[in-house]
Amino acid sequence: MSKELLAPLPGVFYRKPAPDKPAYKSEGDMVAVGDVVGLIEVMKSFIEVHADASGKIVRFVVGDEEPIMAGQSLLEIEQA
Amino acid sequence: MTISRLLIANRGEIAVRIQRAARELGIKTIQAHSAADADSLAVRMADEAINIGPFQAAKSYLNIEAVLAAARQTGADAIHPGYGFLSENPVFAEAVEAAGLIFVGPKSETIRTMGDKAAARGAAQRAGVPVVPGSEGRVEDRDEARKLAEKIGFPVMIKASAGGGGRGIRVAETAEALGAALDQAAAEAKAAFGDGGLYLEKFIGNARHIEVQVLGDGVSAIHCYERECSLQRRRQKIWEEAPASVLSSDVREALCASAVALASSVSYRGAGTLEYLYDEKSRRFYFIEMNTRIQVEHPVTEMITGIDLVREMICIAGGQPLRYKQCDVRVSGHAIEVRINAEDGAHDFRPSPGKVTALRVPGGMGTRFDTLLYPGYTVSPFYDSLLGKLIVWDTSREMALRRLGRALGELNIEGVITTAPVFERLVEVPEIRAGAFHTRWLEQWLTTTKPQVAVMEQSNP
Repeated sequence: MSKELLAPLPGVFYRKPAPDKPAYKSEGDMVAVGDVVGLIEVMKSFIEVHADASGKIVRFVVGDEEPIMAGQSLLEIEQA
Repeated sequence: MTISRLLIANRGEIAVRIQRAARELGIKTIQAHSAADADSLAVRMADEAINIGPFQAAKSYLNIEAVLAAARQTGADAIHPGYGFLSENPVFAEAVEAAGLIFVGPKSETIRTMGDKAAARGAAQRAGVPVVPGSEGRVEDRDEARKLAEKIGFPVMIKASAGGGGRGIRVAETAEALGAALDQAAAEAKAAFGDGGLYLEKFIGNARHIEVQVLGDGVSAIHCYERECSLQRRRQKIWEEAPASVLSSDVREALCASAVALASSVSYRGAGTLEYLYDEKSRRFYFIEMNTRIQVEHPVTEMITGIDLVREMICIAGGQPLRYKQCDVRVSGHAIEVRINAEDGAHDFRPSPGKVTALRVPGGMGTRFDTLLYPGYTVSPFYDSLLGKLIVWDTSREMALRRLGRALGELNIEGVITTAPVFERLVEVPEIRAGAFHTRWLEQWLTTTKPQVAVMEQSNP
């Protein structure tokens, strides 16, 4: 069963903690509830996005540095 | 050369503010905007508007090429940079000058000089303006540090030369504590920046942030008295006043005269602000930096002096000499500004963008609300959280506080969470009413009153 992770806030989605750092997670990676999977920049603040399910990331719906709306699907997690 | 078509290279409430001043001068307004701001109040109010790029500031409001192309395309003869974005970028000012256009602000070389901390400090010292006493550059060893610390007086602050983010900073209260503080700061600086170089500065505890507004036409300069902006959260001002209630008239005169001396020494042109730390105990002030642009909190100065600062900066840019002499600038009453941000004060000031479903703006005598809002507007997540500035004026500070409370009660913004409830509480706090605060007071107050803010929110859904 796969579960979508929805954006809690609108803004810009980042997959990396900084431009010169590797991505938090890649497709195929395992995640646990609470793991950081990205950042949302909203009004010049950066807010961490946490996984709300455990399992394997099967797909990122939104790319790095892309604008997002609140409630938009960010990625899909295949639950074990 | 007078200005007839002004391109506004900014957004939000300051873009609206600039349009108002330009329109009253008979100048056509052209609003540069990002794709995300196509529905903004500034775009709706402008005579013309031009899209300069996508939502990212780097590709629109910070894009020098795009702004210059917009000016050419629309036949603008001047560009107002507002605050933030390109307003203090000497490369931009230079490019505007090179394109044969008027930059509404100082000359590019003035921006460059005053934007460099060491150069600005040097200019201040040459103009006889007091700066925070400290080492000229790095201190090389303990002996040198000790001698210098004895000279400037304890407590001293030790800072990393490569510094930033508060790391590598130590305060030594006494000569005995200095050695250990130096070692700790050096180790921390080395770990954080790969460079253990340190410099020394007098530590001014519980300082107040006081700044002086200046206007210059490149030949002469005047001051429009001071503002106090000590109420800050994470170094962001959220409440500003004019005049500063803590100053005696002799200190006020000396402070403002020092600002004019520095502005004159660099042949300052336009509106500018000199920021100082004020030590209440010793009644001394120390220059820290100059902002070579209009500031967010300029309205409190306008309210007590009756001078439209944005109008004056446009007139000066258009080639007019200063229209005021120092003796024409008089202070009347007291003004307070609070920044209404789209942030949730009950939850660590978490941003709250979204659609404004209802809006009631306060009005009446001595009440001004400079805003980017209109009912139905969607507050963008891509830019800062400032929704508007509520400014009140009254005959005394005490009456201005009452008026602020009254105006906050009238303000109603639905659909987004704002900082207004924080100010409704602050106007009642005894320290605020007494004017007894410093630059770290607000953060301390927020930490200790957090539960009460949360309770209030629950009982008032």
